[in-house]
Amino acid sequence: MIWMFRVARLLALTASLLASPLCSAAEDQVLLPLLQQLPAAGYADKQELIRQLAGTGDPRVRAILAALLDGNLVARSSDGRIFVLGSPGDRLRDPLTGADAGTLPESDLAKIGVNNQLRKSLRVALAQFDLADPDASVRQDAVKEMLRAPDARIVAALRARLPHETDASVREAIASGLALADLDSEDASRRLAAIEALGGNLNPDVYNRLTAMLATSADGSPVEADAKVRAAAAQALRSINAARAFYSGLQTLLFGLSQGSILVLAAIGLAITFGVMGVINMAHGELMMLGAYSTYVVQQAMPEHMGASIVVAIPVAFLVSGAVGVAIERGIVRHLYGRPLETLLATFGVSLLLQQAVRDIFSANNRSVITPQWLAGSLDINQALSITYNHLYIIFFTLAVFFLLQLVLRRTRFGLELRAVSQNRAMAKAMGIRTDWIDALTFGMGSGVAGIAGVALSQLTNVGPNLGQSYIVDSFMVVVFGGVGNLWGTQLGGNALGVVNKLLEPVSGAVLAKIFVLVFLILFIQRRPRGLFPQKGRAAES
Amino acid sequence: MPEARAFRIRLGNDPGGRSFLAVLVIAGVLVPLMYFFVPETSALHLSGYTVTLLAKYMSYAMLAIAVDLIWGYCGILSLGHGAFFALGGYAMGMYLMRAIGARGVYGDPVLPDFMVFLNWKELPWFWHGFDQFWFALMMVLLVPGLLALVFGYFAFRSRVSGVYLSIITQALTYALMLAFFRNDMGFGGNNGFTDFKDIAGFSLQSPGTRVVLFLCTVIALGGSFLLCRFVVSSRAGRVIQAVRDAESRARFLGYRVESYKLWVFVLSAVLAGIAGALYVPQIGIINPSEFSPANSIEIVIWVAIGGRGTLYGAAAGAVFVNYAKTYFTAALPSFWLYVLGTLFIVVTLFLPQGIVGAVGAVRRRIARP
Repeated sequence: MIWMFRVARLLALTASLLASPLCSAAEDQVLLPLLQQLPAAGYADKQELIRQLAGTGDPRVRAILAALLDGNLVARSSDGRIFVLGSPGDRLRDPLTGADAGTLPESDLAKIGVNNQLRKSLRVALAQFDLADPDASVRQDAVKEMLRAPDARIVAALRARLPHETDASVREAIASGLALADLDSEDASRRLAAIEALGGNLNPDVYNRLTAMLATSADGSPVEADAKVRAAAAQALRSINAARAFYSGLQTLLFGLSQGSILVLAAIGLAITFGVMGVINMAHGELMMLGAYSTYVVQQAMPEHMGASIVVAIPVAFLVSGAVGVAIERGIVRHLYGRPLETLLATFGVSLLLQQAVRDIFSANNRSVITPQWLAGSLDINQALSITYNHLYIIFFTLAVFFLLQLVLRRTRFGLELRAVSQNRAMAKAMGIRTDWIDALTFGMGSGVAGIAGVALSQLTNVGPNLGQSYIVDSFMVVVFGGVGNLWGTQLGGNALGVVNKLLEPVSGAVLAKIFVLVFLILFIQRRPRGLFPQKGRAAES
Repeated sequence: MPEARAFRIRLGNDPGGRSFLAVLVIAGVLVPLMYFFVPETSALHLSGYTVTLLAKYMSYAMLAIAVDLIWGYCGILSLGHGAFFALGGYAMGMYLMRAIGARGVYGDPVLPDFMVFLNWKELPWFWHGFDQFWFALMMVLLVPGLLALVFGYFAFRSRVSGVYLSIITQALTYALMLAFFRNDMGFGGNNGFTDFKDIAGFSLQSPGTRVVLFLCTVIALGGSFLLCRFVVSSRAGRVIQAVRDAESRARFLGYRVESYKLWVFVLSAVLAGIAGALYVPQIGIINPSEFSPANSIEIVIWVAIGGRGTLYGAAAGAVFVNYAKTYFTAALPSFWLYVLGTLFIVVTLFLPQGIVGAVGAVRRRIARP
C-alpha cells in the first residue's frame, strides 16, 4: 500500500516540477526578489523572508526551503545569485526553474546560514506544504511538526485543512491540536467546547495543559478564571486519568504475558525432559544458546532473505539442538537413569563443554542477530498503549509451540508411547514399546524445543556464549512452580510469574522484582512441593 | 573419657583420614620453614604467592568438606553452598573494610570508599559493630548459620528433598547474587570489597601475617575435618547416614529426620562460612560473583571427583581441581572449561566413588592375587 502512495507522491512532485517553469513567470517576479534578499539578510530578516516565501504557497518554495534547511542554498559571491547546491554532487541548479547551472569552486559560493530558531520555522513552513501531501503518514508528521508551537497562522492553516482531510487519524490529530489551541481562547465558551472535545484524549500535551489550567497562579487566584471551565477541565482530567490507568494496566499485562511467554518457551522443553522423563538437564540453557546461534548461522548463509531467515531458522534450530540432545541422551543420560543428581552434574559438564565450544568457534563476543523488518517496530494502539511487535509475536509463538507439543503428546503414536513410558517403564516395555528409542526421542524433542526457544531469544537478547546460563535457574523454577510433568502448569506458571514480575517492576525495580519472585518461589515450594498442579494418581507416587 | 577414646578408635579405622591429617601437619610445619628460612635462590623456596595459593586451596578444601558432610553423608545435594561461603567472606570483608579506616582513597574515617562514592552520609545499621574483630568473627558464624537454619527449617519441615531441594538452593544463591549486585544493598555492588589494609592490627602485606593466616587455615581445615569425622561417626551420624540411604524407613523407626537434616545442614553452612572468612583476607577481594550458581555446582564436582562420603576425599578433590584450574588457566586458558566439563562427565559416569574410590579399587585388585 505504502509504495503506491510513494509512487503517487513522486508523480505529483515531477508533475509540479515540470509544470512550474511554464506557468509561473508572474510568480517569479514575487519569489525572485524575496530570494535575492536572503544572502544579505540578518537572522531576524530571514525569519520574515521565510514567512513571506512560505506565504506565497508556490509549490517550488518547498524545495528551496528544504535546501535552506539542509544548508544547500548558496549565493554566488560575484553577484549574490541564489542556487541550490548538490543532487547530484556539487552541481548547481537554479532554484526556480530547476535548470542545471554547472559548477563553481567552493570559494566562489557563500552558504546561506541558518540558526536553530530559523530551522524550527523552516520545519514548520515545510510542514505546511506537506499538509497537502497525498501520503497520509507525511501529513501526520506535518501536523505533528506544526503543533509543536502553534501560532495563529498555523491554527488557521490547520482549520482550513480539517474539512478536506480524509484520513481519520490525521483528522483526529488536527482536531485535538485545534482544541488545544482553543484552550488559549479569550472566549470561555470556546474553551469549554475545546475541553469537551479533548475528553478521553491520551495525548500527554492535553494532560499537561489541563493540569496547568487547574493550577493556581502566584497570587492565589486560579489560572483559569471561569469556574465552569475549571469544573469541565477537572472532569476531563479524571476521565483521562482513568483511561490512562486502564491502558497502562493493559500494557503491563501484555508485557507481563510476553515476558512470561519467554519463560514458558525456555521452560517447556525442560518440562518434557525434567517433567516427563525425570531427567535434570543442566545443559538445557546451552541448547537454547545453540538455537540462537543457529539463527545467526542461518542469517549468515542467506543474507539476501533476512525476512525469511527466522522462519528457516526455526526448523534448523530444532534439528541442531535436537541432535545434540539425542547425543547427550545416548552418550550420558542413558547411563544415569534413576540417579537424578548425577545426571545434573554430568549435564552441567556438557553445558561447560558447549559454552567453551561456542566461544572457540564464534568468539566470546556477542554475535549480532538481525531483526527482520516484519518483527521490528511496534503496534501503537493509542498514545498510552503500544507494544513492540517482537513482544507481541512471542506470545502467539509460544502458544503455537505449546499447542503443537500438546498435539504431539496427546494425538500421536509417539506421544502415547512417551506417556506410557513415563507412567510405567517396565509395563511399557513389556507391551513391546522400545523404551530406549522413546527416551532418546523424548529427550531430543525437549532439546529441540529449547532450540526453538533460542531462535525466539535471539530476537530479544544478546546472542553470546552465556545466553543459556541466565535462563536455566528461571526455567527450573517455572517447571517446579507449574507442577512437574504438567505442560499446562508450565504454561500458566510461566505466564503468572511474568505478569507478577512486570507488576512488581515499577514498584521495586527490575532486579529487586526478580529477587522477590525467586524468594516467593522458594517459599511456594515449601507450601506445595509438587507445584501448582501436582500430578495425581500412580505416577505421582514414585 | 569414653568420648575421647571412641573418637580415637574411629579415626584409627580411617587410614585415609590419618594420612590427610599427617599431610596437613607436614604442610603446617614445612611451608613456613620453606617460606622464611630457605634462601630465595633455592628450588625449595616458597614465594608469598605460593603460600597464599596453598591457603586458598585449603579454604576450598574446607568448603568441600562442608559439602561432603551433607551430600556424602546425608544425601542433601546443595547447589547453593557457595552462598554460605560468600556470606562468611562478606562478614569478614565488612570488618576488613572498616579496618581500612581513614586510609581509603577518600579518607573518610568511618565510611568505606564505595559509600563515599555513592554519596552516602551515614553508615547503614547493619554495618555497625563490624569495626570490632570479635563481632565480625561472630557474624561469620551467625549469618550463614542463621540463613541455613531458617532455610533448612522450612525446606526440611515441608519435606522438600532430592532434586527440588537442589533447585531451590540454587535459586537461593542466585537471588543472593542478584541482591548483592545492587549498589543499594550496601555491600559495594558488583565491585564488592577490596583494597584491604590490615586484620586485627597486623598488615595483610607482611610475611608474618601471611604465614599466620596460612596456619589458621591449616588448623581450621584440620579442625573441621576432625569435627565432621566426629559427627559422622557418632550415633547421630549413623542416623544421618540412615536418612541418606532410606529416609522413610528412618522416619518410621521414630527418628525426627528433619531435625537431623537441619542440624547437619547448619553445621555445614557454618563451616562453609568460616572457609569464606579465611579466604577473603588472603585473596584480598570478595564480590557477588562468588554467589553465582555455577560456582556452587563446581564445589559439588570437587567433592564428586575426590570421592564423596570420605571427607578427606572431598578435600583432596578440591585441591586437585583447583590446582588443575590454576595450571590450565595460566597455560591453556581456553582449555580449562573443556577439562572441567569432561571431569564432570567422566567422574559421574565412570568414577562414582571419585579418585579415592578408584585408588581403593586398584589397591584391592593388587592385594587380591
